[in-house]
Amino acid sequence: MLLVPAAFFVLFRVIPIVQTLRLSVFSWDLISRVKPFVGLENFSALLADSNFRLALSNTTVFAVVTVVAGVALALVVALPLARRLRFEGAYQFIYFLPFITPTVPEAVVWKWIYDARYGILNYALSFVGIQPVGWLLEPRTTLWAVIIMSVWKTLGYNMVLFIIGLRAIPAEYTEAGLIDGATGWRFFRYLTLPLLMPTVLLVTVISTIGAYNVFTQVYVMAADIQGSPGSVVRVLIYDIFENAFRFYRMGYASAEATVFFAIVLLLTLAQFRVLRGGAE
Amino acid sequence: MSARVQAGLTHALLIVWAAVMIFPFLWMLATSLKPAPEILAFPPHLLPRAPTVLNYVRAFQTAPFGRFFLNSLIVAALSTAVIVATSTVAGYVFGKFRFPGDTAIFMLFLATAILPLETYMVPLYLTMRDWHWINSYPGLVAPYLVMSFGVFIMRQYFRTALPDELLDAARIDGASEWRIFLRIAVPAASSAMAAVAIFAAIQAWTGFIWPLIIASSQDMYTMEVGLAFFQQRFTIDYGAITAGATVSAVPIIAVFLFFRRHITEGIAFTGFR
Repeated sequence: MLLVPAAFFVLFRVIPIVQTLRLSVFSWDLISRVKPFVGLENFSALLADSNFRLALSNTTVFAVVTVVAGVALALVVALPLARRLRFEGAYQFIYFLPFITPTVPEAVVWKWIYDARYGILNYALSFVGIQPVGWLLEPRTTLWAVIIMSVWKTLGYNMVLFIIGLRAIPAEYTEAGLIDGATGWRFFRYLTLPLLMPTVLLVTVISTIGAYNVFTQVYVMAADIQGSPGSVVRVLIYDIFENAFRFYRMGYASAEATVFFAIVLLLTLAQFRVLRGGAE
Repeated sequence: MSARVQAGLTHALLIVWAAVMIFPFLWMLATSLKPAPEILAFPPHLLPRAPTVLNYVRAFQTAPFGRFFLNSLIVAALSTAVIVATSTVAGYVFGKFRFPGDTAIFMLFLATAILPLETYMVPLYLTMRDWHWINSYPGLVAPYLVMSFGVFIMRQYFRTALPDELLDAARIDGASEWRIFLRIAVPAASSAMAAVAIFAAIQAWTGFIWPLIIASSQDMYTMEVGLAFFQQRFTIDYGAITAGATVSAVPIIAVFLFFRRHITEGIAFTGFR
């Protein structure tokens, strides 16, 4: 009975994962019959590749800012929502909506919001005396534009995890704190936050993995003037995508995917440590 | 500060924030219903003054959005059907039978979910090429035929909610294992299967990078890929672009509206994959 699901897992997951590692030590352009073994040459070439280094640094900046902002904001909205106040369901629905909706239509709308001439964001900013910004016209501002959109998109997911974490804090602790007269910021800083720390770490790791995986919104929003998608802000997955499917450097792209693989694996190990720490 | 004032302030902040969060969706819908001069009107206004569906008509005329929509539906339906079947069968076996290596195999199923598709899309693409599955429905659904999370849900269900006595009674009556599975286990598990189906459908509909590399001709584009290419070609026609975006987003928003609780909690616990 288990044969068909097991076969699918092996064919469409296990084998490709192993193949990624194997291909990374070959050089192959998809067409030639020869597929020379090059050892670690792909990896040493990656180290010297300015596109790859740019992608790695862009993705890291993106990940750090998106995760810090996304985690902090999510915690702020989760605190009142965890107390089961009125209309909690409606708030949760709205905050979670950007996460569940497909990314392409969202990115498309944000592109329109960011439009330099007609965009509503520049219009809104004009009220506080900010000159129109060419949001998607140069790499620096485009990176920030993508970061803002991504915080908006992922915040609801973090929020749900925080709500679950906050509700799991035993009532005795909070009651004890109230009896001791702790309120407001002190209550949060010395009571809630330490108890919530495992969840904070967990959310941080999960969102970092997600952030390193960023592609769709960059592909749509960071197109250059010639319409070449995703090229203004080079991120890791975009670079893999371009090497594999535009330049047909399959071995090279696999080496890059292996680096990505290692990043995900390290973050996952961190996640397991956090989970284990929380269980103790 | 009194408790009432504090509660009022909290709600005020939550409402402002909700407005920020939902604004892009409202702006998408509003733009898609505005005639061209209103879209570029200065200063901009939120609600369309003379609402029109012309943007939708133009979007569907300039690009085969009907076909894109159909492709997304086919991919989502195929993927959902197969994921529900594979998850139920595997979950049943892991939940109800002991055999050598069962835990190890189950853990392997789960472990593959750690790695996102992007890590192994290159070799998977090469396999599809060898099988001549490029630009075909089987190719589009290939990575979406199994779901670790689905197997996990079904295993939990069978292990905790389906009593062994029920199955043993049928065995004593001489029913075959397949018959027991189809006649007793599957009907009992229908609500868990529905939960898996919802996740599978959302995952397939929202996928982007895989259909982007697998669909090579326009007639195989999914809604997401079709929309991405459409907005590249008609960069300034924001009426038609937001119309297409609305059509692509609405099915998922509708599903979310119906199954809100299942979705937020289910996804939060496990993520997709």
